[in-house]
Amino acid sequence: MIRLEKRPTPSRGWAWATPIVAVLATMVAGGLLFGALGSNPFEAIRTIFWDPIFGEFAFYYRGQLLVKAGPLILIAIGLSLGFRAGIWNIGAEGQYIMGAIFGAAVGLAFYPMEARWLIFPLMVIAGVVGGYLWAMIPGILRTRFNTNEILVSLLLVYVAEQILAWMALGPLRNPDGAGFPGSRNLGQYASSANKELIAGWGMHWGVVAAFIAVIFAYILLSRHILGLNIRLAGEAPRAARFAGVNPERLVLLCLGISGALAGLAGLFEVAGPAGQISIDFNVGYGFTAIIVAFLGRLHPIGILLAGLLMALTYIGGEAAQASLGLPASAIQAFQGMLLFFLLAFDVLTNFKLRIGGEARA
Amino acid sequence: MKKNIILAAIAALGLGAAAQADTTKVGFVYVGPIGDGGWTYEHHQGLLAVEEEFGDKVETVYQENVPEGADAERAMTQMALQGADIIFTTSFGYMDPTINVAAKFPNVKFEHATGYKRADNVSTYSARFYEGRAVQGHIAGKMTKSNKIGYIASFPIPEVIRGINSAYLHAKKVNPDVEMSVIWVYTWFDPAKEADAAKALIDNGIDVVLQHTDSTAPQAAAAEAGVISFGQASDMAEYGPTPRVSSIIDNWAPYYIDRVQAVMDGTWESVDTWDGISTGMVKIGEITEAVPADVKAEAEALRDAIGAGEYHPFTGPINKQDGSVWLAEGEVADDGTLAGMNFYIEGITGDIPN
Repeated sequence: MIRLEKRPTPSRGWAWATPIVAVLATMVAGGLLFGALGSNPFEAIRTIFWDPIFGEFAFYYRGQLLVKAGPLILIAIGLSLGFRAGIWNIGAEGQYIMGAIFGAAVGLAFYPMEARWLIFPLMVIAGVVGGYLWAMIPGILRTRFNTNEILVSLLLVYVAEQILAWMALGPLRNPDGAGFPGSRNLGQYASSANKELIAGWGMHWGVVAAFIAVIFAYILLSRHILGLNIRLAGEAPRAARFAGVNPERLVLLCLGISGALAGLAGLFEVAGPAGQISIDFNVGYGFTAIIVAFLGRLHPIGILLAGLLMALTYIGGEAAQASLGLPASAIQAFQGMLLFFLLAFDVLTNFKLRIGGEARA
Repeated sequence: MKKNIILAAIAALGLGAAAQADTTKVGFVYVGPIGDGGWTYEHHQGLLAVEEEFGDKVETVYQENVPEGADAERAMTQMALQGADIIFTTSFGYMDPTINVAAKFPNVKFEHATGYKRADNVSTYSARFYEGRAVQGHIAGKMTKSNKIGYIASFPIPEVIRGINSAYLHAKKVNPDVEMSVIWVYTWFDPAKEADAAKALIDNGIDVVLQHTDSTAPQAAAAEAGVISFGQASDMAEYGPTPRVSSIIDNWAPYYIDRVQAVMDGTWESVDTWDGISTGMVKIGEITEAVPADVKAEAEALRDAIGAGEYHPFTGPINKQDGSVWLAEGEVADDGTLAGMNFYIEGITGDIPN
């Protein structure tokens, strides 16, 4: 008989090993799934995990990995701070949308003026402000009225989506667009374009911001008193209170930082890869970033790697669809497995497997 | 300079792939799943028809559920890198991505459905769905007992607004008391939202459901409530003879076969195609026995008149919603106005969201 026995303290070894074990288990289970669908499982796994980095067209895919991973990492870093402190911002998708709208609106307001030195930085600031303000709604509601920030932040995503549709159809609609919804293309307007810094590398300002965020989060958590407070609030809330941590301030701070970073990601996306405010501008980065944050163990370096891995499953998954004819839903199931196995193996961090008879108490 | 090197590398790969391939590689980018039973399903039927027609001479690839935006650009680039000779991008929102990718792959032909931006290697194509809407409107006007018909609309773009206007106009012609309610769902494919919209309309007393979304969920809702509906994009015949009493079928196969043939022959040119009932790009699905024989005969006569070019669904006198004159007596709408249509005609209540 197999029994679970609680560990006195979580296993550090397993905490680091579970993401790797989860990835391997996903490959095996995914391989079985692809095999059952009539594809060669080894070819499918190679197409997803190997080809984008080392295959024939890697020169294109490597850049795309950064494009896809950039917003995921940037958002996940912000979320991880709150998650560590037990503050659950589930609405990064909405903050991402609002950052994009604010930033794009500033850029479009200046159209067609040529002053990149002024306009682009203003857009970046507007993006940060947009995400920050949207995150302050659940923040203030929680600190003033003790509402649940999980629900409020999540529901505000749907509000943000409605505002996005309104913007694409109304105030920000391209006046030269023959009545079709969607703003002017910010990527084609020199003052607002968030272009690749080196063509073909995928590296744009959003990716740079993501890397900077990783470094700052690392220093914050390991060296700064605020980082200590965040960790303390999550691991020992009572001790945190005794240590003089103001819980309300921490809520506003964590939601504010995660909102600001999500807004920043939205701005860089709308001015770069997406190019315009459109009704379906958001594609779920804010939600996927939650998986990335946990896959990365809420650790900045872990999130960096997890973001790249998640991007790889997207890019490789698309390649597998096109070249092997795998259905899109199989790829989504494959990505879902990753989180499933991560959570499943996480049990081993807190519990020991005992095989056989009763263990002594 | 780096950019040039990379472009050269891409071009070289593209040429290399084209030179060694004696088959023509055809790519399709879909916005929904191929099993949606509507829009994407019919495009995929076109892909299958291309395979059927050319056999070993073509290789087809497709990617489904591709979001409109940066992901679409990657999907297209991927296909182009893998040696596609022609790529069909089958949603309005792929317009800018198609133009962007096409600029990087001058030797690959692109075909964008329902858009208005073209380039030397980008064609556009669409169907005159509003012709089919006229037939639906006629049947709806005759069939409604509550004099209320409902319309599930996706996005307020000209293509959708044209359909609403055409359906209303022809319902009104045969039933002056008819009222139409429009619900905007802001999605092409979301069975849950579409079903909710259908139920909301039915709760408001409508007894005919028209839809400009891609799933069959409204059909199921109509069946449950005992009202009638029309198949959209695909025949949706499994919901006949009622609730589905007829349908608009997008028939892309002949066009796709034609364009792939042109690539094979080296005669492909950038064109703008907007075909309707006359060429068979728009088909009217079988009108079932739930519709009285005389109404069915009228509807078929209307279909044939449009197909023969004897009647244009937008023939004056037609006023705009605000009462101003759009088309004078006998005047026929020009394609330019239709392509950018952003207003309701007189009698439709409510506003186009913006």
